[in-house]
Amino acid sequence: MNAVETKNLTYKYSVGTPFETTAVDDISVTIEQGEFVGVIGHTGSGKSTLIQHLNGLLKQTFGEVFINGRNIWDKDVNIRDIRFEAGLVFQYSEYQLFEETVYKDIAFGPKNMGLSEEEIDKRVKKAAEQMGLDEELLERSPFDLSGGQKRRVALAGVIAMEPKILILDEPAAGLDPAGRDKVLEEISSYHKNSGTTILLVSHSMEDIVKYAKKVLVMNKGKLFCYEDVDTVFSMSEELKKIGLDIPQISKLAHLLKQKGIDIGNDIYTVERAKERLLKIIKGNTDA
Amino acid sequence: MNIIEVKNLNFEYPVTDDEGNVVGGNKVLKDINLEIPKGQFVAVLGHNGSGKSTLAKHFNGILVGNSGKVYVNGIDTSDDEKIYDVRQTVGMVFQNPDNQLVATIVEEDVAFAPENLGLPPEQIRERVDSALNAVDMYKYRLHSAHQLSGGQKQRIAIAGVIAMRPECIVLDEPTAMLDPKGRKSIMSTIKRLNKELGITIILITHYMDEAAQAERVVVMDNGSIIMDDVPKKIFSQVDRLNEVGLDVPQVTQLAYELKKEGIDISLEVLTEEECAEELLKIVNKN
Repeated sequence: MNAVETKNLTYKYSVGTPFETTAVDDISVTIEQGEFVGVIGHTGSGKSTLIQHLNGLLKQTFGEVFINGRNIWDKDVNIRDIRFEAGLVFQYSEYQLFEETVYKDIAFGPKNMGLSEEEIDKRVKKAAEQMGLDEELLERSPFDLSGGQKRRVALAGVIAMEPKILILDEPAAGLDPAGRDKVLEEISSYHKNSGTTILLVSHSMEDIVKYAKKVLVMNKGKLFCYEDVDTVFSMSEELKKIGLDIPQISKLAHLLKQKGIDIGNDIYTVERAKERLLKIIKGNTDA
Repeated sequence: MNIIEVKNLNFEYPVTDDEGNVVGGNKVLKDINLEIPKGQFVAVLGHNGSGKSTLAKHFNGILVGNSGKVYVNGIDTSDDEKIYDVRQTVGMVFQNPDNQLVATIVEEDVAFAPENLGLPPEQIRERVDSALNAVDMYKYRLHSAHQLSGGQKQRIAIAGVIAMRPECIVLDEPTAMLDPKGRKSIMSTIKRLNKELGITIILITHYMDEAAQAERVVVMDNGSIIMDDVPKKIFSQVDRLNEVGLDVPQVTQLAYELKKEGIDISLEVLTEEECAEELLKIVNKN
């Protein structure tokens, strides 16, 4: 079953003014249920605009959007239901916290779904646990927490609605390396445990390589490609041309190849580079 | 000549109970001593809560220590009468551009500081244009600032500071929301301002590759400066950096992992070129 499907999706803003711009241009893509997709593209490539269509925050100028097989703008579909199915976490989501306690903040979404008190309580605790938040934090004010914790509270608030599709716009931006790893690890284990389809928008190729299976690349409002990680990162020259970068370790592999040491075209992690290099170095010694 | 001198600086945020009574202090900076010579490009590294942003706010008198002193060009930042001299000398760019934009049109936003300096209109025009060119946003000068993307807004915020022509610019994670291309353009802008105009740069960042481009790296942990050296000497201490929650560039990590496996490789590699050279030596030697 397809979690997300877009057909010729096009969005223009400021139509009829001198600033008319096509932010998303004729995108047709199909994302399967349970996939972990990295979404990349330079600033202004249309990736934020694209994801805002997936839960109906923006309505396309042309084309269609299907979530779990339903056309979200069909007159029989209640767009509110779609928003519970496709949860969207914005950039710097900690700025969206507003309640007196962490508990109330996480409970806001489930409450709006009209769930029972009992079910809300269950979901809040489960979501907090999934995001690695101690139960003792639940009665604290969200504004007393660290940046990384706040970010995870905001995520828990969306996860508590148990969306089938979770869309995250730069969930780790601005966090330090330890906070970034923690947030992404929690998202990754949530993905494994729940089977939720994840769309992760990120500028960090290192993070995409580490967590995503497939990569959706946007360029100038158009879909540049939607392929698995290996395929996408072997196109380093093309990626560079559209303002993207490949991990430093991949650049090292390319450079070594030019100098006569071939450790393969599929080097994206330090781990793999180390293994291949050890083989070459120790292999030479043995000979 | 030092543009910034920090002497035995201590700072704590007051901790209050539910009624708002001060019940203690949260010590954020502990006995900091630091000298930054005019024209230097310094990166300050540290995880969240290490005190690096708090320290940065002392460089232009936004915060003043509980004890100890900060001098900007010899001016004591706790001297209220001289605070405008301090702020004109040290400009700040913060993490979130949305909180820094004041006008609706891009060029008006950039003109805000020079207007406040009371400059004649033609000079304002010249400064605004060159600042917008410096961040590659000139063609957006008549656009509405709030319709730009996050990265573009950040460049406008930087242009706003550049237009003030300060002697020193402190940037608190200015590239956090930019794509690689945007980050590179900001980094090259920063380096150009440093090299060509001699502006002292203090860059607060989580990005190891950005810190590696500075002349000097200051590492903070738990309110203290724990390392202060040239980038190569800092990043070769992989264990120590990992201990305080910081990363090293991937190639440095690779060298470190290979060394653990008994390969004789220098850890002082920051770029892929340096690393490739080291690896070539090793492979050819064998």
